[in-house]
Amino acid sequence: MDELSLYVLDITMNSVRAGATEITITLREDGEWLWFTVEDNGCGMTEEQLKKLTDPFFTTRKTRKVGLGIPFLKMLAEMTDGYVRVTSVHESVSENHGTKTEAKFGKNHIDFLPLGDIVETVKTLIQGAPSIDFTFEHIFDNGKVELSCAALREMLGDGISLSEPDILQWIGQYLHEQYDELGHPAERL
Amino acid sequence: MKSLEELMAIKNKMADRVAVRTSSGNTRIVVGMATCGIAAGARPVLNAFVEGISEAGLADDVIVTQTGCIGICQYEPVVEVFEKDKEKTTYVKMTAEKAKEVIEKHIKGGTPVAEYTIGAAQL
Repeated sequence: MDELSLYVLDITMNSVRAGATEITITLREDGEWLWFTVEDNGCGMTEEQLKKLTDPFFTTRKTRKVGLGIPFLKMLAEMTDGYVRVTSVHESVSENHGTKTEAKFGKNHIDFLPLGDIVETVKTLIQGAPSIDFTFEHIFDNGKVELSCAALREMLGDGISLSEPDILQWIGQYLHEQYDELGHPAERL
Repeated sequence: MKSLEELMAIKNKMADRVAVRTSSGNTRIVVGMATCGIAAGARPVLNAFVEGISEAGLADDVIVTQTGCIGICQYEPVVEVFEKDKEKTTYVKMTAEKAKEVIEKHIKGGTPVAEYTIGAAQL
């Protein structure tokens, strides 16, 4: 994967598969670091699953025997002097279940992967799971870009899915407009 | 903000269209979006189908959806086309360019693009 935004997409897909109804994606950056956090209210992981999380030969899938999502991300973060931390509460343990993945990357490190087309990642997530309440925030030192699917749905009413092409296109423009206003134009690939 | 007004305009336009929509689509285009698919370039492929189907005015009849890993990671990006009363077509090693061709020849023209199918990939 040659863009950090693809890792954001991949990690957030785990939350979708975990049956989450609310997923918050937060990116924050300063001159030196980029942090991203994905937090969900999905089924969570057991302690055993959590322990095996960085083992590439562990996956819950039945279709293949390897799981590279987290190992890839961990390698990439650690190469730039950053880290990946995952905390999770399994649904068998508490009503407040879910998973939180935090990653930190050194932006000035030679192995830092550019963020890439993050807007396309957000659109792809909404297209695939239009009924999930995604909250997206990208925080800079002079302000933030934000999108709330719950707020959009409230404006649009029940009859219109967020996966409608016209709505997705609008979401893309809306995010780009915010990035432009902050003076941090987002990549368009 | 200018954008929010545009959203309300889209809402009003769509309210009419969604109401007259008769079926939930006769054709389904399914794009694999697990780690293997994403790493192989599935995001632009999905986007090419979503935008291409919309631009062709086929959004009422053709649904574009995502799925996970189906176990043939080495052939990703994998795209499956399900058509009513027809056999499934599985496209492998897709790109955004190939997606446009599939929309043109298969979805609009009715003939699958044989050279991009899994049969042609010599398993």
